Amino acid sequence: MEDIRSIVLEYVKKEYLEEGDEVDFDTPLISGGIVDSFSMVSLKRFLENKYKVSIPDAKATPEAFDSVNKICELMKEFTGAK
Amino acid sequence: MAYSATVRDGYEKQLKDLRDAGLFKEERFIHSSQAADIEVEFPRGASLKKVINMCANNYLGLSSHPDVVQAAHDGLKSRGYGMSSVRFICGTQDIHRELERRMTEFLGTEDTILFPSCMDANAGVFEAVLEDKDVIISDRLVHASIIDGIRLCKAVQDTFKHANMEHLEEKLQLHADKRRKLVVTDGVFSMDGDTPPLDKMVALCEKHDAMLFVDDSHSSGFIGKNGRGTHEKYGVVGKVDIITTTFGKALGGASGGCVSGRKEIVEMCRQRARPYLFSNTIAPVVVAGVLRVLDILSKSTERRDKLEANAAYWRKGLTEAGFVLKAGDTPIVPVMLFNAKLAQDFSRDLFAEGIYAVGFFFPVVPKGQARIRTQISAGHERNHLDKGLAAFIKVGKKYDILGKTKEQIIAKFGQ
Repeated sequence: MEDIRSIVLEYVKKEYLEEGDEVDFDTPLISGGIVDSFSMVSLKRFLENKYKVSIPDAKATPEAFDSVNKICELMKEFTGAK
Repeated sequence: MAYSATVRDGYEKQLKDLRDAGLFKEERFIHSSQAADIEVEFPRGASLKKVINMCANNYLGLSSHPDVVQAAHDGLKSRGYGMSSVRFICGTQDIHRELERRMTEFLGTEDTILFPSCMDANAGVFEAVLEDKDVIISDRLVHASIIDGIRLCKAVQDTFKHANMEHLEEKLQLHADKRRKLVVTDGVFSMDGDTPPLDKMVALCEKHDAMLFVDDSHSSGFIGKNGRGTHEKYGVVGKVDIITTTFGKALGGASGGCVSGRKEIVEMCRQRARPYLFSNTIAPVVVAGVLRVLDILSKSTERRDKLEANAAYWRKGLTEAGFVLKAGDTPIVPVMLFNAKLAQDFSRDLFAEGIYAVGFFFPVVPKGQARIRTQISAGHERNHLDKGLAAFIKVGKKYDILGKTKEQIIAKFGQ
């Protein structure tokens, strides 16, 4: 999972952060106001395209997307990664 | 009684929290008609104070123009006060259709539909024309009414970084598989006063088979050489698929708005847009006033030319005085103070000096981006602007921020 964690973190930084901002694997993204609910869609689509999976809307909740670590937990369900 | 003490206490606590956080909004009562010179009661119960209004959306100074007021009187006499109906039952008069035709001509589009407000236009248009197979890609700083409208629509929703064309193109590629793609932006961003590069946006939309939506509420009547809006400024008249705008700002300032653009999209709104179907028609008196505004604007560009000169004079004066401004060339000139309390204190001191300009801070603008938003009007004369500059300089000296950089202001007052 280390690879996914790094890739997701890099994507979050590039996609959502302003210059000088920092996040780590546990930074609250949605509840912390870094990613809004509209912008979450691009993250979901990025993951689906990158890992060739389909994440049902019911699973793509703000809670499940609230940190890089939580996203990686969710992705385990779909990629089978251990 | 269902309104129990617990419920009341809950609301009281929420209101107290707003007050404690400095987010409680208080109205200031104006005892005159809207103009550059107004009489204001503030705080409530205080004696009236004559001030110069530098925060109205009255860009062209037409809100109380005698010709517009006369046209409204005439409209009241000939078409009555209210219609007591939505448009499609018995709420459409000849003048409603006439205003739609005139707005179509003014904006250079195919057709137009009126809404009770631009807030309603934005609330209704997305759901009327897009479904779950489609995608909306919006600038991250679009107006709150657009965000609300998008939330009501089943299309996939995504955003791009403010006015960032590379990021927009990435998003268009990401969503290439969607049936219909709609790119959404403001024409002039109301808090910053900047305009997105619509020529580049049109090119990107053509390249990626996407439609373009522009909310031109802070542009219609004065941006572009003939005041048609940001699409005129960027040379893309006829190429923006959906324009929404308001009659509540430069175009008379009363109320009402519209969706203008491709005729099929306008027709879809007529069939499906809920604020159009379930809310009253625009009052005849307002329609008559807006028609006269369009008469005035079609005869001469004098007012928008004066506004452009006023805005340049104001921006130059503030820059030379040493204020930090948001870059731009529109009549929205934000004076950056960064700290929320400083913005509130600055606004209060300006009011004492006879200048009415409001401080904006989080959540209206991002944290650390507090400001006084000034808005210039063709109704301002040079003496208004000079008095305004003198007041800003006096208050700026009090807080010792003239000639200071963003970093220096933040170091002194916090963010």
